[in-house]
Amino acid sequence: MNLAEMQRDFQSWLVAASSDAASRLSIGSSAGLNVYQNNYRVQLIDCLEASYPNVRTWLGEESFLAAAVAHIDRHPPHAWTLDAYGDNFDDTLALPYPDNPDVHELARIEFALARAFVAPDGDVLTPEALAHVDWDTARLRLVPSLEILSATTNAADIWSALQQNDALPESEMLAEPAGVIVWRQQFTVYLNTVDLLEYAALLQLQTNGSFAGLCDILVERLGEEEGIAKAGALLMNWISKEWLVAAAA
Amino acid sequence: MSTSLPRFAGYGLGLRRDHYRDFLETNVSVDFVEVISENFMVEGGQPRHILRQVRERHPVALHGVSMSIGSADGLKPEYLRKLKSLADEIEPLFVSDHLSWSRIDHFNSHDLLPVPYTEEALNIVCANISQAQDILGRALLFENPSSYIAFGDSVMTEWEFLDAMSKRTGCGLLLDVNNIYVSATNHGFDAQAYLRGIPADRVRQIHLAGHTQGEELLIDTHDMPVRDDVWALYAQAIALTGPVATMIERDGNIPPLTDLLDELAIARRIGDNHARTRRAVAA
Repeated sequence: MNLAEMQRDFQSWLVAASSDAASRLSIGSSAGLNVYQNNYRVQLIDCLEASYPNVRTWLGEESFLAAAVAHIDRHPPHAWTLDAYGDNFDDTLALPYPDNPDVHELARIEFALARAFVAPDGDVLTPEALAHVDWDTARLRLVPSLEILSATTNAADIWSALQQNDALPESEMLAEPAGVIVWRQQFTVYLNTVDLLEYAALLQLQTNGSFAGLCDILVERLGEEEGIAKAGALLMNWISKEWLVAAAA
Repeated sequence: MSTSLPRFAGYGLGLRRDHYRDFLETNVSVDFVEVISENFMVEGGQPRHILRQVRERHPVALHGVSMSIGSADGLKPEYLRKLKSLADEIEPLFVSDHLSWSRIDHFNSHDLLPVPYTEEALNIVCANISQAQDILGRALLFENPSSYIAFGDSVMTEWEFLDAMSKRTGCGLLLDVNNIYVSATNHGFDAQAYLRGIPADRVRQIHLAGHTQGEELLIDTHDMPVRDDVWALYAQAIALTGPVATMIERDGNIPPLTDLLDELAIARRIGDNHARTRRAVAA
């Protein structure tokens, strides 16, 4: 058996507990192999628990562990960093909880916050810099840590209550779909719920960055005067929250 | 690529999150700190900022767990580029990883898995080390693993493998004394023979850690104080290597920093005793 064959058999042992693969490894006692398999699974469970502390509290210890084990069986890790392992956990949670969008959205929010924590730094657009912007051609960019998530439930409120140890709200559907924005200011991560119009405006900005294009969408929805005023108000709000990086004309 | 390996004879600790505040706000009495490279191979945010601040106060060693030099299908260039970026910024004392493999094809176990000590594995490991050293532009250190299985295919001992590996590639060694103890107990080899068999002049760093008795095997858990048998082995190790950078590696049941500094003081005492003995013999 060459090295590559041995390593693929070892993989089969870790991932699927293949006894055929284990017997080909030529190592005598199986006690040692059991140590490696235990280390493999415990480390991945620890990783998911660290990535999703509030989902764990929301689901309860036992249910979270069952979901983590299902995730490990469905998704062997592939990236060099364990930070990536929690990706797609929301898909795994959709299997035991197909009718609980609050659970899926809570997981998406929690993992987006983890990503934002180590996202690239960006030079934030300041109000002073606006004086030099040509608004007809201005292109705006969102800070690298910012993620725009869709929301149909009050998962953002649940996450905040869990994070602050406040009384937990009942999960409920929102009156109308909205968005949740996750981002980092300096070294602290935040989340903020936005209405459907602001959600659409941010998605537009993320797609092509054109301030004129943003104004067009808002004018189409709200009319000329109100649309332009809304674009200005959103812009100032986004700058105050440090959602934008320096504009390039 | 330079294969010269600086010597640094001091005493350090692994930097862990529980102790960030101590290291940032007080003068912790260590000669260096070691960090897990992957925890800081991130794009931005607080981790890198903290490391920069710690680096202003202490020399830093980068210790990785994901290079996977035993992978039969080679190394990941993306990983090496990110590690180089970190090393270029931090200017570490040493950059180290393990004699082990974690990845094959698209699977990454995130564990330090054992390599059979065969000629084929030696060729692959040496080719991978050479590639990593070329990309990083420096000689690297590799740590002897703790292991729970021994391959029937092996044709040499672990110490013979490490000796050949360091001679062929110019890499240095990070000697984990606890790992020697754990593996010697698990596989029934002589820890003293191991120490005599490694190329002592290539050792640049020593790890000390605790272990736990499992059902059948000793497990390298890093969640306990260093055991007396491991201290005794450490004294024997530095008698062969001379003074080298020595640190306590604690990853679980993290105690207050003062407890780890007390443990580190034991290492200093053993090191000082050894130095006095050497001076007495030389006089």
